Amino acid sequence: MRLVSEFRQSELVGGLVQNIRRHAVKKARFMEFCGGHTVAIMKFGLRQLLPPSLTLTSGPGCPVCVTDNADLDKAIALAQLPDVIIATFGDMVRVPGSRSSLQEAKAGGGDVRIVYSTLDALALARENPGKSVVFVGVGFETTAPTVAASILQADREGLNNYYVLSLHKLCPPVIKALLDSGEVNLQGLICPGHVSAVIGSRPWEFIARDYGIPCVVSGFEPLDILQSIDMLSAQVAKGESRVEIAYRRGVTPDGNATAIKIMEQVFEPAPARWRGFGEVPGSGLSLRPEFQRFDAELNFDFDPGPTINEKGCLCGEVLRGVKIPPDCSLFRKACTPENPVGPCMVSSEGSCAAFYHYGENEDR
Amino acid sequence: MCLAIPAKITKIDGTDAEVEIGGIGRKASLMLTPEAQVGDYVLLHAGYAINIVDQKEAKETLAIFAEISQLMEQG
Repeated sequence: MRLVSEFRQSELVGGLVQNIRRHAVKKARFMEFCGGHTVAIMKFGLRQLLPPSLTLTSGPGCPVCVTDNADLDKAIALAQLPDVIIATFGDMVRVPGSRSSLQEAKAGGGDVRIVYSTLDALALARENPGKSVVFVGVGFETTAPTVAASILQADREGLNNYYVLSLHKLCPPVIKALLDSGEVNLQGLICPGHVSAVIGSRPWEFIARDYGIPCVVSGFEPLDILQSIDMLSAQVAKGESRVEIAYRRGVTPDGNATAIKIMEQVFEPAPARWRGFGEVPGSGLSLRPEFQRFDAELNFDFDPGPTINEKGCLCGEVLRGVKIPPDCSLFRKACTPENPVGPCMVSSEGSCAAFYHYGENEDR
Repeated sequence: MCLAIPAKITKIDGTDAEVEIGGIGRKASLMLTPEAQVGDYVLLHAGYAINIVDQKEAKETLAIFAEISQLMEQG
């Protein structure tokens, strides 16, 4: 068992699709919160398999995309400081901030390194004792525990040149903000599988209980997603709203207790700015006072400058689920993966990039 | 960014592990899953195992898919 190919068996697709057609008797709009789901849905052409009664809308679940320009500008300003090495996930370097990107800062002499893991960033700090390594902490609850673990490791080793710019975001508060806005009318939510692998399925219960919206935690293979759509359709048909886990091999109701403990030991909830949403209370993570010596924001003197947002870019509306990428006048014209205007076209899991690469005949 | 792939643990040394993904070996940290054992599959995200894959549940989910498929063929 390799746990990937089994969940892509084409001979099992037909049964799930027929089941969805049987259950999807009512018109419904489901949101897939996670950009990873959006990419899988587009790549495997799953929308085309659904009955006309069902509509899928992508949500704000792309950490790179939701990073606000003001926060991006901080990373870019830090990259211009002498003796600072910026360590970042690859998706971040090409995202345009107010005036430039990390890539442009690198071309201008900044030391920007792409890393796969905070383990690589720690290694950079060990290898460069005369420099400061700043890890750009972008990610949801899936990633935040790995960053917390790196801070605990740096603390244990006495590494005094490792820092984190904490731009982490928490998913349940932004879903609440999205639903409270009343901008989108949803009958179901496909909940993020790997965020839930860490936090469990219980944090989604308020959505089913307070908003009456069915929730299903989904895996990322095509059969996983079809199963989740089927489970949501069945709840809608019965008039129920519960939290169910389709991705049972990776998610439990309580999540990973060790990962949650490490994340909570290092970070505490804080307000955070989201592209398209503005500031959302309790939706970010800042370092707890006892770990503030690792906080890049507090330990460097830098000026990110005034924030400028690109006119005409609909990334914010796409992230809120009120527009789809082809609605944007820049899409495929002024904005392409080669020359992206907004982050939703840069990130490998951005909606605009997914529509660009896989959505040639997309009409829904 | 929340991409995590199933990786099989082949060796453990403290919180460091060697894992295999589709026949290719790589290193992983078990700091977030200290209870993981050799032979377990873990969800590998950004160099860390973020959870242990429940292989029994995986088989049950696949059995459900097969059952749905059969029922629909008969239906």
